[in-house]
Amino acid sequence: MDLFSKLYFNYSKIIKTIKIYLLLAGPGMIVMIADNDAGGITTYAATGAKFGYSLIWFLVLLGPVAYFVQEMTVRLGAVTKHGHAEAIFSAFGSFWGWFSLLDLTLVNWLTMVTEFIGMTAALSIFGVPPLITVIIVILMMLGIVMSGRYWTWEKITMAFCLLNLIYVPAAILLHPSITDVLRVGIVPNFPGGFKAELFFLLMANIGTTIAPWMIFFQQSAVVDKNMKEKDIPWGKFDTLVGAIFTIIVAVFVIIVAGTLLYGMNIESAAQAAQAIMGTHPWVGTLLAIGLFDAGFLGAICIALTSSWAFGEVFGWAHSLNYKVKEAFWFYVFFFFGLVTAGTVVLIPGAPLVLITLFVQVIAVTLLPAALVFLIILLNDEGIMGKYKNTLFENIANITIVVCIIFISSLYGISTLFPNLFG
Amino acid sequence: MGAIERVFGERIGSVIHESTGKIRSINQKYATPKVKLSGGAKFALLLLRLYLIFLVGLLAYKFWTIIHGGA
Repeated sequence: MDLFSKLYFNYSKIIKTIKIYLLLAGPGMIVMIADNDAGGITTYAATGAKFGYSLIWFLVLLGPVAYFVQEMTVRLGAVTKHGHAEAIFSAFGSFWGWFSLLDLTLVNWLTMVTEFIGMTAALSIFGVPPLITVIIVILMMLGIVMSGRYWTWEKITMAFCLLNLIYVPAAILLHPSITDVLRVGIVPNFPGGFKAELFFLLMANIGTTIAPWMIFFQQSAVVDKNMKEKDIPWGKFDTLVGAIFTIIVAVFVIIVAGTLLYGMNIESAAQAAQAIMGTHPWVGTLLAIGLFDAGFLGAICIALTSSWAFGEVFGWAHSLNYKVKEAFWFYVFFFFGLVTAGTVVLIPGAPLVLITLFVQVIAVTLLPAALVFLIILLNDEGIMGKYKNTLFENIANITIVVCIIFISSLYGISTLFPNLFG
Repeated sequence: MGAIERVFGERIGSVIHESTGKIRSINQKYATPKVKLSGGAKFALLLLRLYLIFLVGLLAYKFWTIIHGGA
């Protein structure tokens, strides 16, 4: 009897823990999986196609990098109850505040254009015209966001996050050799030596792991979810789970591309899906659905990031818990960003390639600032109290931030001057 | 009627006035940075300013080369 009581007690405890997690899960999981946006999927597909499974180890290493940066936003949001834009204005004054807000808005808008490029390209594989895709996407996003409850938005978005795992069955359908994946992918190596092309793809993978909007998004989402200081451990766990998921997705995209497209130069994920469609229609279909989902998640999160940031600074009501009439400008800003970004994709002859390249360069102007502000804020005892960075967290975070700034800057510069590194 | 109203009309003029007023009030609200900056933090912010000037210079150079028919 004692044994059964014990088992039942443990069972109830586990169920209770899972229920609490599901209640508190959200911002970390969503931000990490939305990080695998259309641009991210393209980068992974290009990496797999060019170097096969060889760089899987590198992507696995990027998981902790993303976790360490993002968990800081959980603490900062839960303690200050302010989004990152407002925190920068308040802590560093209006010069850095305006710089961050305007730069964020620009880079977010450009990134949204790339998400629409991904979504329209994905659905065009199924014969859906871009105009229809843009209209459907905007209506769907408005429907999700305007529910008037943060909880509803979060849970629907998490369903889209689960759809991001579609690359797992896509890879399984191909029956890749697990021995090869482990043998080639897990041991750190630089295929073909440390040449310019490899360096560029490594930089691109780092660039896609941490984007400026992620920092602003998660902190604002933590505030909108009304997470308290006592919820910080759950928020950190949620971020960890999200980081694991994002790496799983990245690795499986590489496995798919490495198995079917090895040796090809891939310029977009849609091109990869199209190429696979001919030989493996099911896998190509899953890839295209995954790309659409990635663009959708990216666009909805990024549009919200800008709305939250402007709402925080301008003092508008800025919560998903408000109805449209209660937070009019918040929703108008969200809608305006989406419509203008979607429209650009529909303009014949629009410089979409230039926009895609420009995103990386503009992101490089904001990312270092956002990361430096994050570190300074997390070290301020007056703001963070007992939740300020520990020595270990500072060593890990400052090392990561310095490396990200250095490498993402090189990436941005090499985008501007492609022949710089040979 | 102010100069802005004369150029843009009364309605748009009042919107511009409201917006500039809002921006001014934001600037006043956040005029004094609240974070206590250590020597290291001040140095990091200085590096950040230099870094941004460097990037803006690079972007300007890139535009100059594009305009003059370079890569």
